[in-house]
Amino acid sequence: MESGATREVVILGSGPAGLTAAIYAARGELKPVVLEGEPSSSSDQPGGQLMLTTEVENFPGFTHGVLGPELMVSMRAQAERFGAEIHTERASRVDLTSDPVGIWIGDPKAPDPTLRARALIIATGARSLMLGLENESRLLGYGVSTCATCDGFFFREKRIVVVGGGDSALEEALFLTKFGDSVTVVHRRKELRASKIMQDRAFKNEKITFRWDSVVTDILGNERVSGVRVREANTGEESEIGTDGVFVAIGHAPSTELFAGQLEIDEAGYLVTHDGTETNVPGVFACGDVQDHVYRQAVTAAGSGCMAAIDAERYLASLASS
Amino acid sequence: MDDVITISDDTFDEAVGLSDIPVVVDFWAEWCGPCKVVAPILDEIASAHSGKLKVAKLNVDDNPRTAQRFQVMSIPTLLLFKNGEAQARIVGARSKTQILSEFEPHL
Repeated sequence: MESGATREVVILGSGPAGLTAAIYAARGELKPVVLEGEPSSSSDQPGGQLMLTTEVENFPGFTHGVLGPELMVSMRAQAERFGAEIHTERASRVDLTSDPVGIWIGDPKAPDPTLRARALIIATGARSLMLGLENESRLLGYGVSTCATCDGFFFREKRIVVVGGGDSALEEALFLTKFGDSVTVVHRRKELRASKIMQDRAFKNEKITFRWDSVVTDILGNERVSGVRVREANTGEESEIGTDGVFVAIGHAPSTELFAGQLEIDEAGYLVTHDGTETNVPGVFACGDVQDHVYRQAVTAAGSGCMAAIDAERYLASLASS
Repeated sequence: MDDVITISDDTFDEAVGLSDIPVVVDFWAEWCGPCKVVAPILDEIASAHSGKLKVAKLNVDDNPRTAQRFQVMSIPTLLLFKNGEAQARIVGARSKTQILSEFEPHL
Protein backbone atom coordinates (compact mmCIF):
# COMPACT_ATOMS: atom_id res chain seq x y z
CA MET A 1 0.00 0.00 0.00
CA GLU A 2 1.22 3.46 -0.90
CA SER A 3 2.56 5.09 2.26
CA GLY A 4 0.72 8.10 3.58
CA ALA A 5 -2.10 7.67 1.06
CA THR A 6 -5.56 8.96 1.93
CA ARG A 7 -8.36 6.46 1.42
CA GLU A 8 -12.11 6.97 1.48
CA VAL A 9 -12.77 4.13 3.93
CA VAL A 10 -10.47 2.10 6.14
CA ILE A 11 -11.90 -0.84 8.11
CA LEU A 12 -10.15 -2.24 11.17
CA GLY A 13 -11.01 -5.89 11.76
CA SER A 14 -12.25 -8.79 9.64
CA GLY A 15 -14.93 -10.68 11.52
CA PRO A 16 -18.52 -10.70 10.24
CA ALA A 17 -18.86 -6.95 11.04
CA GLY A 18 -15.67 -5.81 9.31
CA LEU A 19 -16.13 -7.98 6.23
CA THR A 20 -19.81 -7.11 5.78
CA ALA A 21 -18.82 -3.42 6.00
CA ALA A 22 -16.14 -4.17 3.38
CA ILE A 23 -18.64 -5.87 1.05
CA TYR A 24 -21.03 -2.90 1.23
CA ALA A 25 -18.32 -0.24 1.01
CA ALA A 26 -16.67 -2.02 -1.94
CA ARG A 27 -19.99 -2.31 -3.76
CA GLY A 28 -20.46 1.40 -3.07
CA GLU A 29 -17.25 2.05 -5.05
CA LEU A 30 -15.43 3.30 -1.95
CA LYS A 31 -12.42 0.97 -2.48
CA PRO A 32 -12.11 0.14 1.21
CA VAL A 33 -8.85 -0.94 2.80
CA VAL A 34 -9.30 -3.67 5.41
CA LEU A 35 -6.63 -4.22 8.06
CA GLU A 36 -7.69 -7.76 8.91
CA GLY A 37 -5.35 -8.27 11.86
CA GLU A 38 -2.47 -10.64 12.53
CA PRO A 39 -2.54 -14.41 12.93
CA SER A 40 -2.87 -15.79 16.45
CA SER A 41 -4.55 -18.80 18.03
CA SER A 42 -6.91 -16.66 20.06
CA SER A 43 -10.09 -15.04 18.74
CA ASP A 44 -8.06 -11.88 18.02
CA GLN A 45 -7.08 -12.89 14.48
CA PRO A 46 -8.11 -12.51 10.85
CA GLY A 47 -11.69 -13.76 10.57
CA GLY A 48 -12.34 -13.18 14.26
CA GLN A 49 -14.01 -15.45 16.75
CA LEU A 50 -15.67 -17.70 14.17
CA MET A 51 -12.22 -18.94 13.08
CA LEU A 52 -12.10 -20.97 16.28
CA THR A 53 -15.55 -22.51 16.01
CA THR A 54 -16.83 -25.54 14.17
CA GLU A 55 -20.47 -25.69 13.14
CA VAL A 56 -22.41 -22.40 13.12
CA GLU A 57 -26.03 -23.49 13.22
CA ASN A 58 -27.86 -20.17 13.51
CA PHE A 59 -26.51 -18.09 10.63
CA PRO A 60 -29.51 -17.58 8.33
CA GLY A 61 -29.37 -19.21 4.94
CA PHE A 62 -27.47 -22.35 5.89
CA THR A 63 -30.07 -25.05 6.40
CA HIS A 64 -27.59 -27.55 7.77
CA GLY A 65 -25.16 -25.12 9.37
CA VAL A 66 -21.83 -23.91 8.11
CA LEU A 67 -18.29 -24.23 9.47
CA GLY A 68 -17.14 -20.99 11.11
CA PRO A 69 -13.80 -20.76 9.25
CA GLU A 70 -15.55 -21.58 5.96
CA LEU A 71 -18.08 -18.81 6.47
CA MET A 72 -15.29 -16.33 7.12
CA VAL A 73 -13.22 -17.44 4.12
CA SER A 74 -16.34 -16.93 1.95
CA MET A 75 -17.05 -13.48 3.39
CA ARG A 76 -13.45 -12.47 2.73
CA ALA A 77 -13.55 -13.73 -0.85
CA GLN A 78 -16.86 -11.92 -1.37
CA ALA A 79 -15.36 -8.64 -0.14
CA GLU A 80 -12.32 -9.09 -2.39
CA ARG A 81 -14.53 -9.86 -5.36
CA PHE A 82 -15.95 -6.35 -5.14
CA GLY A 83 -12.53 -4.74 -4.81
CA ALA A 84 -11.86 -4.52 -1.07
CA GLU A 85 -8.12 -4.34 -0.43
CA ILE A 86 -7.29 -6.67 2.46
CA HIS A 87 -4.00 -6.52 4.37
CA THR A 88 -2.91 -9.09 6.97
CA GLU A 89 -1.78 -6.39 9.36
CA ARG A 90 -3.06 -4.58 12.40
CA ALA A 91 -3.14 -0.92 13.27
CA SER A 92 -0.64 0.00 15.98
CA ARG A 93 -1.98 3.51 16.58
CA VAL A 94 -4.75 5.81 15.36
CA ASP A 95 -5.05 9.59 15.49
CA LEU A 96 -8.71 10.53 15.36
CA THR A 97 -8.11 14.24 16.03
CA SER A 98 -6.76 14.85 12.53
CA ASP A 99 -9.01 15.02 9.49
CA PRO A 100 -8.64 12.70 7.63
CA VAL A 101 -7.81 10.40 10.55
CA GLY A 102 -4.33 8.82 10.71
CA ILE A 103 -3.63 5.09 10.98
CA TRP A 104 -0.26 3.60 11.79
CA ILE A 105 0.93 0.08 10.94
CA GLY A 106 4.14 -1.16 12.53
CA ASP A 107 6.10 1.43 14.54
CA PRO A 108 3.52 3.51 16.43
CA LYS A 109 6.15 6.19 17.05
CA ALA A 110 6.72 6.88 13.36
CA PRO A 111 6.19 10.60 12.71
CA ASP A 112 3.61 10.09 9.95
CA PRO A 113 0.71 7.67 9.74
CA THR A 114 0.95 4.76 7.32
CA LEU A 115 -2.35 5.76 5.78
CA ARG A 116 -5.17 8.22 6.29
CA ALA A 117 -8.91 7.72 6.00
CA ARG A 118 -11.82 10.09 5.42
CA ALA A 119 -14.07 7.55 7.12
CA LEU A 120 -12.94 4.90 9.59
CA ILE A 121 -14.97 1.81 10.46
CA ILE A 122 -13.91 0.09 13.67
CA ALA A 123 -14.72 -3.63 13.82
CA THR A 124 -11.92 -4.87 16.06
CA GLY A 125 -14.26 -7.20 17.90
CA ALA A 126 -13.60 -8.88 21.20
CA ARG A 127 -10.89 -11.25 22.27
CA SER A 128 -11.16 -14.21 24.57
CA LEU A 129 -10.25 -13.69 28.20
CA MET A 130 -7.69 -15.87 29.91
CA LEU A 131 -7.54 -16.70 33.61
CA GLY A 132 -4.32 -14.73 33.98
CA LEU A 133 -2.53 -17.43 35.99
CA GLU A 134 1.22 -17.81 35.68
CA ASN A 135 0.96 -21.54 35.02
CA GLU A 136 -1.65 -20.94 32.38
CA SER A 137 0.85 -19.25 30.04
CA ARG A 138 3.65 -21.63 31.02
CA LEU A 139 1.53 -24.67 30.11
CA LEU A 140 -0.02 -23.18 26.98
CA GLY A 141 0.48 -25.81 24.31
CA TYR A 142 1.17 -28.45 26.98
CA GLY A 143 -2.41 -29.12 27.97
CA VAL A 144 -3.73 -25.57 28.18
CA SER A 145 -5.46 -24.57 24.96
CA THR A 146 -7.19 -21.50 23.56
CA CYS A 147 -8.73 -23.42 20.66
CA ALA A 148 -10.90 -26.49 21.31
CA THR A 149 -11.49 -27.13 17.62
CA CYS A 150 -7.72 -27.16 16.96
CA ASP A 151 -6.59 -29.17 19.94
CA GLY A 152 -9.48 -31.39 21.04
CA PHE A 153 -7.96 -34.18 18.97
CA PHE A 154 -4.94 -34.41 21.30
CA PHE A 155 -7.19 -35.31 24.24
CA ARG A 156 -8.59 -38.56 22.92
CA GLU A 157 -9.59 -40.76 25.90
CA LYS A 158 -8.26 -38.15 28.30
CA ARG A 159 -9.76 -36.05 31.08
CA ILE A 160 -10.69 -32.50 30.18
CA VAL A 161 -11.65 -29.40 32.17
CA VAL A 162 -13.55 -26.52 30.57
CA VAL A 163 -13.67 -23.27 32.53
CA GLY A 164 -16.72 -21.03 32.00
CA GLY A 165 -20.52 -21.11 31.86
CA GLY A 166 -21.59 -19.30 28.70
CA ASP A 167 -22.53 -20.56 25.26
CA SER A 168 -18.94 -20.84 24.12
CA ALA A 169 -17.96 -22.85 27.21
CA LEU A 170 -20.77 -25.35 26.65
CA GLU A 171 -20.11 -25.49 22.94
CA GLU A 172 -16.49 -26.37 23.68
CA ALA A 173 -17.51 -28.89 26.34
CA LEU A 174 -19.91 -30.63 23.96
CA PHE A 175 -17.37 -30.63 21.16
CA LEU A 176 -14.70 -32.05 23.46
CA THR A 177 -16.89 -35.01 24.48
CA LYS A 178 -16.16 -36.38 21.00
CA PHE A 179 -12.58 -36.92 22.15
CA GLY A 180 -12.25 -37.00 25.92
CA ASP A 181 -13.37 -39.62 28.43
CA SER A 182 -14.77 -36.96 30.72
CA VAL A 183 -15.38 -33.24 30.55
CA THR A 184 -15.73 -31.27 33.77
CA VAL A 185 -17.19 -27.78 33.42
CA VAL A 186 -15.96 -25.50 36.19
CA HIS A 187 -18.21 -22.48 36.61
CA ARG A 188 -17.99 -19.73 39.19
CA ARG A 189 -21.76 -19.51 39.68
CA LYS A 190 -24.59 -21.95 40.32
CA GLU A 191 -26.37 -21.09 37.07
CA LEU A 192 -25.19 -21.06 33.50
CA ARG A 193 -25.30 -17.99 31.29
CA ALA A 194 -25.59 -20.26 28.25
CA SER A 195 -28.74 -20.47 26.13
CA LYS A 196 -31.43 -23.00 27.02
CA ILE A 197 -30.72 -25.21 24.01
CA MET A 198 -27.01 -25.47 24.89
CA GLN A 199 -27.81 -26.16 28.55
CA ASP A 200 -30.21 -28.96 27.61
CA ARG A 201 -27.61 -30.56 25.37
CA ALA A 202 -24.92 -30.32 28.01
CA PHE A 203 -27.10 -31.68 30.84
CA LYS A 204 -28.08 -34.63 28.65
CA ASN A 205 -24.50 -35.52 27.80
CA GLU A 206 -23.21 -38.33 30.01
CA LYS A 207 -19.58 -37.32 29.69
CA ILE A 208 -20.16 -33.82 31.07
CA THR A 209 -20.20 -33.07 34.78
CA PHE A 210 -20.40 -29.67 36.46
CA ARG A 211 -18.42 -28.17 39.31
CA TRP A 212 -20.58 -25.25 40.47
CA ASP A 213 -19.63 -22.12 42.41
CA SER A 214 -15.98 -22.85 41.78
CA VAL A 215 -13.06 -20.75 40.67
CA VAL A 216 -9.85 -22.11 39.15
CA THR A 217 -6.99 -20.76 41.27
CA ASP A 218 -4.09 -22.65 39.67
CA ILE A 219 -3.17 -25.03 36.88
CA LEU A 220 -0.94 -27.89 37.97
CA GLY A 221 1.75 -29.85 36.16
CA ASN A 222 5.47 -29.73 35.41
CA GLU A 223 6.01 -30.77 31.81
CA ARG A 224 2.32 -30.94 31.01
CA VAL A 225 -1.02 -30.32 32.69
CA SER A 226 -1.91 -32.79 35.44
CA GLY A 227 -4.77 -30.96 37.15
CA VAL A 228 -6.39 -27.74 38.27
CA ARG A 229 -6.85 -26.34 41.75
CA VAL A 230 -10.34 -24.95 42.43
CA ARG A 231 -11.81 -22.96 45.28
CA GLU A 232 -15.44 -23.39 46.23
CA ALA A 233 -16.88 -19.86 46.42
CA ASN A 234 -19.14 -20.33 49.47
CA THR A 235 -16.92 -22.40 51.74
CA GLY A 236 -13.54 -21.22 50.43
CA GLU A 237 -12.48 -24.84 50.41
CA GLU A 238 -9.72 -25.72 47.93
CA SER A 239 -9.52 -29.01 46.09
CA GLU A 240 -7.85 -30.47 43.02
CA ILE A 241 -9.35 -31.93 39.87
CA GLY A 242 -7.05 -34.25 37.94
CA THR A 243 -7.07 -33.44 34.24
CA ASP A 244 -4.95 -33.66 31.10
CA GLY A 245 -6.37 -30.64 29.34
CA VAL A 246 -7.68 -27.21 30.29
CA PHE A 247 -9.82 -25.15 27.92
CA VAL A 248 -10.64 -21.63 29.04
CA ALA A 249 -13.90 -20.07 27.82
CA ILE A 250 -14.71 -17.41 30.40
CA GLY A 251 -15.88 -14.76 28.00
CA HIS A 252 -14.61 -11.93 25.87
CA ALA A 253 -13.44 -8.35 26.26
CA PRO A 254 -13.78 -5.72 23.53
CA SER A 255 -10.54 -4.74 21.77
CA THR A 256 -10.60 -0.99 22.35
CA GLU A 257 -7.07 -0.17 23.59
CA LEU A 258 -6.23 1.70 20.39
CA PHE A 259 -9.03 4.18 20.99
CA ALA A 260 -8.59 4.93 24.68
CA GLY A 261 -8.73 8.67 25.29
CA GLN A 262 -10.01 9.32 21.76
CA LEU A 263 -13.43 7.67 21.67
CA GLU A 264 -16.19 7.40 24.21
CA ILE A 265 -15.95 4.02 25.94
CA ASP A 266 -18.50 2.68 28.47
CA GLU A 267 -17.71 1.16 31.89
CA ALA A 268 -17.51 -2.34 30.46
CA GLY A 269 -14.95 -1.19 27.89
CA TYR A 270 -17.20 -1.12 24.81
CA LEU A 271 -17.23 1.72 22.27
CA VAL A 272 -20.32 3.87 22.61
CA THR A 273 -22.37 4.36 19.43
CA HIS A 274 -25.46 6.45 18.71
CA ASP A 275 -27.70 7.19 15.70
CA GLY A 276 -26.77 3.90 14.10
CA THR A 277 -23.05 3.29 14.24
CA GLU A 278 -21.69 6.80 14.87
CA THR A 279 -19.10 7.35 17.58
CA ASN A 280 -18.38 10.71 19.22
CA VAL A 281 -15.92 11.54 16.41
CA PRO A 282 -17.50 12.49 13.06
CA GLY A 283 -16.47 10.06 10.33
CA VAL A 284 -15.56 7.31 12.78
CA PHE A 285 -18.04 4.43 12.98
CA ALA A 286 -18.08 1.26 15.10
CA CYS A 287 -19.80 -2.07 14.48
CA GLY A 288 -19.82 -5.64 15.76
CA ASP A 289 -18.72 -6.92 19.15
CA VAL A 290 -16.47 -3.95 19.89
CA GLN A 291 -19.64 -1.91 20.53
CA ASP A 292 -22.18 -4.61 21.38
CA HIS A 293 -22.32 -6.26 24.77
CA VAL A 294 -25.93 -7.32 24.38
CA TYR A 295 -26.39 -9.51 21.31
CA ARG A 296 -22.87 -10.58 20.23
CA GLN A 297 -23.98 -12.84 17.39
CA ALA A 298 -22.39 -13.34 13.98
CA VAL A 299 -25.59 -12.18 12.31
CA THR A 300 -25.97 -9.03 14.44
CA ALA A 301 -22.30 -8.21 13.87
CA ALA A 302 -22.80 -8.59 10.12
CA GLY A 303 -25.94 -6.43 10.32
CA SER A 304 -24.16 -3.64 12.16
CA GLY A 305 -21.26 -3.87 9.68
CA CYS A 306 -23.73 -3.17 6.91
CA MET A 307 -25.09 -0.21 8.90
CA ALA A 308 -21.58 1.19 9.41
CA ALA A 309 -20.82 1.02 5.67
CA ILE A 310 -24.07 2.83 4.83
CA ASP A 311 -23.44 5.43 7.57
CA ALA A 312 -19.89 5.97 6.25
CA GLU A 313 -21.13 6.29 2.68
CA ARG A 314 -23.68 8.97 3.69
CA TYR A 315 -21.06 10.79 5.73
CA LEU A 316 -18.69 10.88 2.75
CA ALA A 317 -21.51 12.07 0.48
CA SER A 318 -22.27 14.89 2.93
CA LEU A 319 -18.59 15.92 2.88
CA ALA A 320 -18.62 16.02 -0.90
CA SER A 321 -21.75 18.17 -1.08
CA SER A 322 -20.69 20.69 1.58
CA MET B 1 8.70 -26.33 -4.61
CA ASP B 2 11.59 -28.14 -2.87
CA ASP B 3 11.61 -25.60 -0.04
CA VAL B 4 8.34 -27.00 1.32
CA ILE B 5 8.12 -30.75 1.77
CA THR B 6 5.56 -33.12 3.27
CA ILE B 7 6.83 -35.57 5.86
CA SER B 8 5.34 -38.45 7.85
CA ASP B 9 6.08 -40.58 10.91
CA ASP B 10 8.14 -42.85 8.65
CA THR B 11 10.16 -40.17 6.87
CA PHE B 12 10.66 -37.75 9.78
CA ASP B 13 14.11 -38.97 10.90
CA GLU B 14 15.57 -38.98 7.45
CA ALA B 15 14.02 -35.71 6.31
CA VAL B 16 14.69 -33.75 9.49
CA GLY B 17 17.51 -35.63 11.26
CA LEU B 18 19.76 -35.92 8.23
CA SER B 19 19.08 -32.50 6.74
CA ASP B 20 22.19 -30.35 6.34
CA ILE B 21 20.13 -27.15 6.60
CA PRO B 22 17.68 -26.14 9.38
CA VAL B 23 14.13 -27.45 9.06
CA VAL B 24 10.93 -25.87 10.37
CA VAL B 25 8.37 -28.60 11.02
CA ASP B 26 4.77 -27.39 10.79
CA PHE B 27 2.48 -29.63 12.86
CA TRP B 28 -0.98 -29.05 11.40
CA ALA B 29 -4.35 -30.62 10.60
CA GLU B 30 -7.17 -30.06 8.17
CA TRP B 31 -9.73 -28.99 10.79
CA CYS B 32 -7.58 -26.27 12.36
CA GLY B 33 -8.48 -22.70 11.31
CA PRO B 34 -5.30 -20.99 12.57
CA CYS B 35 -3.17 -23.62 10.74
CA LYS B 36 -4.65 -22.40 7.45
CA VAL B 37 -3.62 -18.85 8.27
CA VAL B 38 -0.03 -19.90 9.01
CA ALA B 39 0.49 -22.15 5.95
CA PRO B 40 0.90 -19.36 3.35
CA ILE B 41 3.24 -17.46 5.69
CA LEU B 42 5.49 -20.53 5.91
CA ASP B 43 5.48 -20.84 2.12
CA GLU B 44 6.73 -17.24 1.91
CA ILE B 45 9.41 -17.83 4.53
CA ALA B 46 10.58 -20.99 2.76
CA SER B 47 10.99 -19.33 -0.62
CA ALA B 48 12.63 -16.23 0.89
CA HIS B 49 15.20 -18.46 2.64
CA SER B 50 15.56 -20.94 -0.19
CA GLY B 51 18.66 -23.14 0.20
CA LYS B 52 19.13 -22.04 3.83
CA LEU B 53 15.93 -23.34 5.36
CA LYS B 54 13.37 -26.02 4.64
CA VAL B 55 9.74 -26.17 5.75
CA ALA B 56 8.38 -29.65 6.44
CA LYS B 57 4.63 -30.15 6.88
CA LEU B 58 3.50 -32.93 9.19
CA ASN B 59 -0.20 -33.76 9.38
CA VAL B 60 -0.83 -34.73 13.03
CA ASP B 61 -4.02 -36.59 12.12
CA ASP B 62 -2.10 -39.05 9.93
CA ASN B 63 1.11 -39.00 11.98
CA PRO B 64 0.31 -39.14 15.69
CA ARG B 65 3.64 -40.75 16.67
CA THR B 66 5.80 -37.79 15.76
CA ALA B 67 3.38 -35.34 17.35
CA GLN B 68 3.49 -37.39 20.55
CA ARG B 69 7.27 -37.71 20.46
CA PHE B 70 7.66 -33.94 20.52
CA GLN B 71 4.79 -33.42 22.98
CA VAL B 72 2.72 -31.46 20.51
CA MET B 73 -0.68 -30.88 22.14
CA SER B 74 -1.72 -27.73 20.34
CA ILE B 75 -1.69 -26.79 16.68
CA PRO B 76 -0.30 -25.11 14.81
CA THR B 77 3.05 -25.84 16.50
CA LEU B 78 6.23 -24.89 14.67
CA LEU B 79 9.49 -26.57 15.68
CA LEU B 80 12.85 -25.47 14.32
CA PHE B 81 15.38 -28.31 13.97
CA LYS B 82 19.09 -27.88 13.41
CA ASN B 83 21.29 -30.97 13.03
CA GLY B 84 18.29 -33.01 14.10
CA GLU B 85 17.86 -31.14 17.41
CA ALA B 86 14.83 -29.00 18.24
CA GLN B 87 16.10 -25.45 18.82
CA ALA B 88 12.97 -23.31 19.04
CA ARG B 89 9.25 -23.79 19.35
CA ILE B 90 6.26 -21.62 18.51
CA VAL B 91 2.82 -22.67 19.71
CA GLY B 92 -0.12 -21.07 17.94
CA ALA B 93 -0.49 -18.93 14.84
CA ARG B 94 1.82 -15.93 14.55
CA SER B 95 2.59 -13.19 12.06
CA LYS B 96 5.51 -13.54 9.65
CA THR B 97 7.53 -10.97 11.60
CA GLN B 98 7.01 -12.82 14.88
CA ILE B 99 7.94 -16.19 13.37
CA LEU B 100 11.10 -14.78 11.81
CA SER B 101 12.23 -12.98 14.94
CA GLU B 102 11.87 -16.23 16.88
CA PHE B 103 13.67 -18.42 14.34
CA GLU B 104 16.25 -16.15 12.70
CA PRO B 105 18.77 -16.22 15.59
CA HIS B 106 19.03 -20.00 15.05
CA LEU B 107 19.66 -19.86 11.31
